Amino acid sequence: MMTASLLNTLASPIAMLAPEAGGGHAGGNASAHLEHLVSHVGHGPKWVLLIPFLPFLAFVLNALYAAFGVKSKLPAWTTVALLAVAFATALNMFLNFDGTPYTVQAFEWFNLHYGDKHFVANFSFYVDKLTILWMLFVTGLATLIALYASEYMSHDIGTGYNRFFAAFSLFVVSMSCLVMGDNLIMLYLGWEGVGLCSYLLIGYFYKKPSAVAAAKKAFIVNRIGDLGLALGVYLTFVHFGTVQYSELFQNAQLHHYIDMAAGGDFSHIPGTAQWIALLLMVGAFGKSAQFPLYVWLPDAMEGPTPVSALIHAATMVTAGVYLIARMYPLFLVSEHALPIVAWIGTITALLAATIGMAQFDIKRIMAYSTVSQLGYMFAGLGLLTTTGAAFHVLTHAFFKALLFLACGAVMHGFAGQLDLRKLSGVAWMKGWGIVGVTMLVGCMNLAGLPYITSGFYSKDMILAEAFITPGYAAIGWILVFTAILTAYYTFRVYFRVFVGPQHAEPGDDHHGDDDHGHGHDDHGHDHHGHGFHPHAPGWAINTVLVILACASMLAISLAYIQKEESHGWVGSMVAQSTASFHSPYAEAAHHAHVEHTEMHAVAGPVGTATPGTVFGMDAHQGMILVSGIGAIFGVLLAAYLHGPKGWQGLFLGGREHADKCRMDAIAKRAGPLPKWAENKWYVDEFYHMVLVLPLRIISHIFHWVDKLLIDGLVNVFGFLPRVFAWIIRPSQSGVLQGYAVSMAGGLVVILFVVLIIVTRAGGAS
Amino acid sequence: MIESLTLAQLAYPEPMSASVLAPYLFVSTAMFAIGLVGFLTRKNMIIMFLCTELMFQAAGLALIAFGRHHLGADGQTFVIFVLCVAAAEAAMALALVVLLFRHRESLSASAWKELNG
Repeated sequence: MMTASLLNTLASPIAMLAPEAGGGHAGGNASAHLEHLVSHVGHGPKWVLLIPFLPFLAFVLNALYAAFGVKSKLPAWTTVALLAVAFATALNMFLNFDGTPYTVQAFEWFNLHYGDKHFVANFSFYVDKLTILWMLFVTGLATLIALYASEYMSHDIGTGYNRFFAAFSLFVVSMSCLVMGDNLIMLYLGWEGVGLCSYLLIGYFYKKPSAVAAAKKAFIVNRIGDLGLALGVYLTFVHFGTVQYSELFQNAQLHHYIDMAAGGDFSHIPGTAQWIALLLMVGAFGKSAQFPLYVWLPDAMEGPTPVSALIHAATMVTAGVYLIARMYPLFLVSEHALPIVAWIGTITALLAATIGMAQFDIKRIMAYSTVSQLGYMFAGLGLLTTTGAAFHVLTHAFFKALLFLACGAVMHGFAGQLDLRKLSGVAWMKGWGIVGVTMLVGCMNLAGLPYITSGFYSKDMILAEAFITPGYAAIGWILVFTAILTAYYTFRVYFRVFVGPQHAEPGDDHHGDDDHGHGHDDHGHDHHGHGFHPHAPGWAINTVLVILACASMLAISLAYIQKEESHGWVGSMVAQSTASFHSPYAEAAHHAHVEHTEMHAVAGPVGTATPGTVFGMDAHQGMILVSGIGAIFGVLLAAYLHGPKGWQGLFLGGREHADKCRMDAIAKRAGPLPKWAENKWYVDEFYHMVLVLPLRIISHIFHWVDKLLIDGLVNVFGFLPRVFAWIIRPSQSGVLQGYAVSMAGGLVVILFVVLIIVTRAGGAS
Repeated sequence: MIESLTLAQLAYPEPMSASVLAPYLFVSTAMFAIGLVGFLTRKNMIIMFLCTELMFQAAGLALIAFGRHHLGADGQTFVIFVLCVAAAEAAMALALVVLLFRHRESLSASAWKELNG
């Protein structure tokens, strides 16, 4: 059924709106708008270069610390200080931005002429509002999480501390190149750079086989996506003759295509131009962990928690969203790209949420939740609401980083314990109050509790768009259902781990690193056996948690600032970038809504595009109602199934022990379904059977072919001379007279032959 | 008689007849045969070296005889070269023999039998 509706909607949404819009609204305006945005790209101030340079300086310094074996928190403070200045620079960039995009060149990089082609890709940075939006939260969160890591990683001081912060800084450098680069080659450089840092940091505990396997998996799965990206970049150059944003988006051909696409006519847009978006999309799916390439992200949780929070939740995985948003004009001219993005995002959101429901490892739950929320962002992109996607990226960055860091605090304090069956009532333990409260804030945002959370507004923007754009209602309902599941699995963690009777079994490792052995003397605790006491988080962890909780809540205001123009503050940030495309339906819905409230019940002068409705209401209003009720229902369900007795379980729960709740009985009766979900629907096993195993078999076959055929052939060529030598070797007897005899004998024979020849010749003549 | 030879006679002496050539060749062949037999039968490396010298000089004698027979300077020129090479070779060979002797405290060629294939 899903496939059928997928096929039905495979015609691009912009094409579908064409008959009504008649080219008047989205037609000539579409390209004119884009042209206006990029036509005056000026040269920016040089201090913008500080944003990538300062983290690079931090990287160099940390590498030097590692070389000299620094055994203090110096690398952490260096990183925090330099990243904070980078954040301040980004903030300055935001405050001084006058709306005109500009480029800042660090140095010339590629400048090649061949034939009539001119390949230019300089090491320079392109700054528009989309760049600023991304860099603000990347540098801001990186600073906060470096501060958190200064405490979290303190057990590795002298062993991996320097290495951790070096890779951490290098990640920020790469991310800056990715987001700020003014051409696709810079983007690709950053893209591979973040992939490398991700690999290095997932495999941080390199003595742990599972961490090494996870690092390799992340790297290899990303290869598939990166191939798509590389081909996409290549095709862009082949077709448009440039990889620089400022030139690409001014390309007359591209504008022509956009006008054709807005008119609903894709048949005259060349296939290569349409393939670019599809290939870039594959790259985005790999980096942003979308189905079917999402499998690496949950495994990536083997890395230290700050890494999970920064790279695998808040920043790196949103690179795919950024790529699509940045390249949005190219996606608009592809007939199938955006519908596929929307549907893949939706499928990923649902699939990951169902898996997340059945996991017991709280960090894994958060990982699947990340995959699921990324699915929402992709759905938003596919539904033509780049604003919704970007807004969700922003709010998600805050609350998911918060959730991961809170989970990390638990992991840090309970010697690596992450199993929600073995922890209970953590919020009531001494020193854990802040973690409990901030975790609640994070959970509320992820669950999307109506009106009081930023996660609710950003999710709503995407959900409403699904109903506004015709033909996508199915996506809307799937995403609403997923929102209920999200609320359920989020609060499942909260009700099990943070409230209820106090109970804690320590984990079996010392923060995953065997190097420092039993060196917790300064705490005076015995981490084994009955004498276990969790060590509560210190000031660095608590400060970061509080700041992030405040940021998550304050992000609500972003939905209200500049509400009148476009879609709030984020809308204004996206609208003045290459990602801007206003769905005419959203415009119409917005106007209809405004006019409705102004008691002018007339369809406005905004073309004849008709906004979709939910239960006869305006889509936004309807969604606020539906998704709000859904989120509350999910929370109550979690309370009933997992909540503790009494007010802590909202008077619904019945749990009295850490690992006994109503869900157990239901899971027993539900047949194999919970087991399948817990085992991730056997997707990993499926990949293993279909991809890994055949490859292994083939490689074994080739191994034997190599060993028998190739090696055999080579050995024969080595063997033949040896046989020959073995035959003639006895003639080398070592007796000097023997050689002399053979020489003299040979001479006699030769002379004899010569004599015969001469005699015969003489006889003949 | 030598004083009465003209320049022309010096440059173009009478060719040596085949009957005069034969004894030279006989002596040359005999020397070569003695050298060869000596080389093949003796084990003392110095004697073997002397035998090679004998064969050298046998070849030289034949070259000179033929040169005189054909009235050409080639044979004599060649012998000069052979003598030079022989002198150099003698120095080399004797040095080699001394070195070999130092290794085995023996001049016998069979002491080096292990240098086989």
